[in-house]
Amino acid sequence: MLRFIVRRLIGVIPTLFVLSFLLFGWLRLLPGGPAGALLGDKATPESIASVNKVLGLDQPIPVQYVKFLGRMLTGDFGNSLSKSRPVVDELADAIPATVELALAALIFAVGLGIPLGYLAARRKGGLFDNMTIIGTLVGVAVPVFFLGYLLKKYIAVDLGWFETSGRVTAGLDETKVTGFKVLDAILTREWDVLFDALSHLVLPAIVLGTIPLAVIVRITRASVLDVMNEDYVRTAEAKGLYAKTVRKRHILRNALLPVSTTIGLQTGLLLAGAVLTEKVFVWNGLGSLLAEGIERRDYPRLQAMILVIAFVYVIVNLLVDISYAIIDPRVRVR
Amino acid sequence: MNRVRKAIVVASCAALAASVAACAQSERGDENTGGTLTFGAAGAPKNFDPIFNDDGESFRPIRQMYETLIEHKPGTAELEPGLAEKWDLSADGKEITFSLRKGVKFHDGTAFNAEAVCFNLDRWFNMKGAAAQSQMIYYADVWEGFAKNEGDATGQPVYKSCEAKDENTAVVSLNKFKGAFPAAMTLTAFSISSPEALKKYDADKVTQSGDSFTYSAYANEHPTGTGPYKFQSYDTSSQVATLVRNDDYWGDKAKNAKMIIRTIGDEAARKQELEAGNVDIIDFPNPVDWKGLKDKGFNVQVRRAFNILYLGINQKNPKLKDIRVRQAIAYAINRQQLVTSKLPDGAQVATQFMPDTVSGYADDVQKYDYDLAKAKSLLQEAGATGLTLKFYYPSEITRPYMPDPKGIFTAIEADLKAAGFKVQPIVKPWNGGYKDDVQKAGKQDLHLLGWTGDYNDAGNFVGTFFGREKPEFGFNDPALFSELSAADAETNPDKHMAAYEQVNRDIMAKFLPAIPISHSPPAIVSSSKVKGLVTSPLTNERFDTVTVE
Repeated sequence: MLRFIVRRLIGVIPTLFVLSFLLFGWLRLLPGGPAGALLGDKATPESIASVNKVLGLDQPIPVQYVKFLGRMLTGDFGNSLSKSRPVVDELADAIPATVELALAALIFAVGLGIPLGYLAARRKGGLFDNMTIIGTLVGVAVPVFFLGYLLKKYIAVDLGWFETSGRVTAGLDETKVTGFKVLDAILTREWDVLFDALSHLVLPAIVLGTIPLAVIVRITRASVLDVMNEDYVRTAEAKGLYAKTVRKRHILRNALLPVSTTIGLQTGLLLAGAVLTEKVFVWNGLGSLLAEGIERRDYPRLQAMILVIAFVYVIVNLLVDISYAIIDPRVRVR
Repeated sequence: MNRVRKAIVVASCAALAASVAACAQSERGDENTGGTLTFGAAGAPKNFDPIFNDDGESFRPIRQMYETLIEHKPGTAELEPGLAEKWDLSADGKEITFSLRKGVKFHDGTAFNAEAVCFNLDRWFNMKGAAAQSQMIYYADVWEGFAKNEGDATGQPVYKSCEAKDENTAVVSLNKFKGAFPAAMTLTAFSISSPEALKKYDADKVTQSGDSFTYSAYANEHPTGTGPYKFQSYDTSSQVATLVRNDDYWGDKAKNAKMIIRTIGDEAARKQELEAGNVDIIDFPNPVDWKGLKDKGFNVQVRRAFNILYLGINQKNPKLKDIRVRQAIAYAINRQQLVTSKLPDGAQVATQFMPDTVSGYADDVQKYDYDLAKAKSLLQEAGATGLTLKFYYPSEITRPYMPDPKGIFTAIEADLKAAGFKVQPIVKPWNGGYKDDVQKAGKQDLHLLGWTGDYNDAGNFVGTFFGREKPEFGFNDPALFSELSAADAETNPDKHMAAYEQVNRDIMAKFLPAIPISHSPPAIVSSSKVKGLVTSPLTNERFDTVTVE
């Protein structure tokens, strides 16, 4: 198992190099350079040329790439153009925000999705099953940003049940420990901050988790229905095992294999969905950072982020493969 | 056995959670009292050192913490005393004597005086490093050069020296008079910082970092001015700047103990935050939302316009060198209809290249009221009927002077076609090469662009556009350039104004290098609880007079 993991991790390195080269070249070839973004509205052709010269952006692209590579290997991705802050610092601030949101969305999707899917399968053909199927279709079809604005408008703004945007109320006195607002509030026993953070987290988590929820419900339902018809389930029932034991050990456990693959894939897709959710809820995570970077042609930020996202995706897929081995002993043997 | 195991696991988790919930020390202090004003900004500040900034979102917090020698009368573009109680220009315009306000202190407790003023001016002039100089946009524009120009900076410096004659008198000497003075001293970029803080926190340290720059501890964490608010903190992860009242301020203390500036990039989200009561004020709302916000009880305050939208004409196209063709374009566009249908309430047709809030505006310029027949006749006379024009307009942007680029383009295109022109539309993203193409490469025949004024001087408008040869307009007209230079060099204020009035008449009648389209007033919206907000045509409001009930 360890050799398998090491081999997979080593394989990531050449992938990232090729990606960084293609990305660097593509961004540099786009019209409108970083100098214009740095200087803003008052930029003149002369001031842009001056900045290009200072930053070495007037040099050939291969020369620029070699310098960039040298810095990247020391962990220096440079400063973002929009905020003049080290990109690494921006990512360090944004990652906990996105992880916290994605985790909350995943908990929502998995926590609700597996039980709903299981119950729908058990009550196949009934009212509950039909309502669940319709619900999943709606969940997958509704665009994330539309759902976000809708829930914000009616639940947060009009009813005032939850907060509208951000991770905590601006100006709230809080202590930063890890960057995860909920965790930090627990660690420091700042219960008002905990409540505030949770009230900010609920709506974006629901919005981001809606599509994964719909998918997990459908996959769980289908998987449970498949497993329920297997011979070994019928054998277990015939042997006189308690129904609860059959459900837990034989049906659910086996049905979870494809569900776990789905969860892994959905985690990757959560990052894509996070861009829109974070924009709607002004959630300063990776998604917001990426969207702003694209709008403002913030090359240093885009370069670093895309490489990080590619790396994360590879790691998540690796974790899914490992989870297979844990759930299914036969995979370990193979 | 399974049940026992389960119970043990649950109890262990609960114990772990309880123990973890005391692992870190809370670092909270006492609550501030006295009210908080929360502003929803569209973008985050770059840093807090005035001289290295040139955008409105960075200037907003800076304007609350710093002051300039000369200010604008609230609600107007007229000059009034700031940190200088009065100023005198010598007869040749090369010396400005500032009589400074007494008893003013910087936020770090050090005294504001003539030495501090000279320190700041000398600091800018002597700034070292191509990186730092390249980020001093307003300095390069107004003062033109440094003690030692580095990088690509090549201008001859306007600044000569500053002498602290006594504690409260600073005499600034110039190498040449420029019409920008003294109005340019109102620029937020020329705010006065504490010399002690500048030295202590290494303010001049600007270094390259990849494709961007890193600024000093002064710029990021220790901005120190004399203003009604002081810097408390800037949370880089949530992009929230917190300012606190300066209780030692020399004038009327800020009405709120705290001012929070939150960055909310998405326009719809900003509006929702206002509606939810999470922010008290937002700037530049979309004009289509003005009525809806008013109906909901919000105060939509429309500023007096200090901007211009123009249709640029590139005389690199030989047909466009003929003034009859340019006049035909002017007569062909129904600007009144465009203003009524495409621009917000309060927008006006522009008769010249600056709004009436700027000194040097002339009431009697040649007008080009919509006249399709005249347009066609001029075109025929010039032999240019059916002329094809490459018309550039930007996408992925709105500006205060150009809230709907596509809508404005469509209206003008229809008018031009009706007059007999053929139009080839070319759309480019604002951040994706639009300005490169139209201002540097001059690829267009026609283009849409505009300008928001920085200070109250006509040179900041017409001088900026037409003061020298530029690829954007493709002409080299020594007569126009020297008329503009002469107006700028006129030291007597009345004659200076009169000279620019004549320039405006001549631009519209004799030169017509472009077509002025409109002035659009931007709005600022506040909740009904907000009182005392005075808007500024230059969009440089102070919020110390604002109360939130």
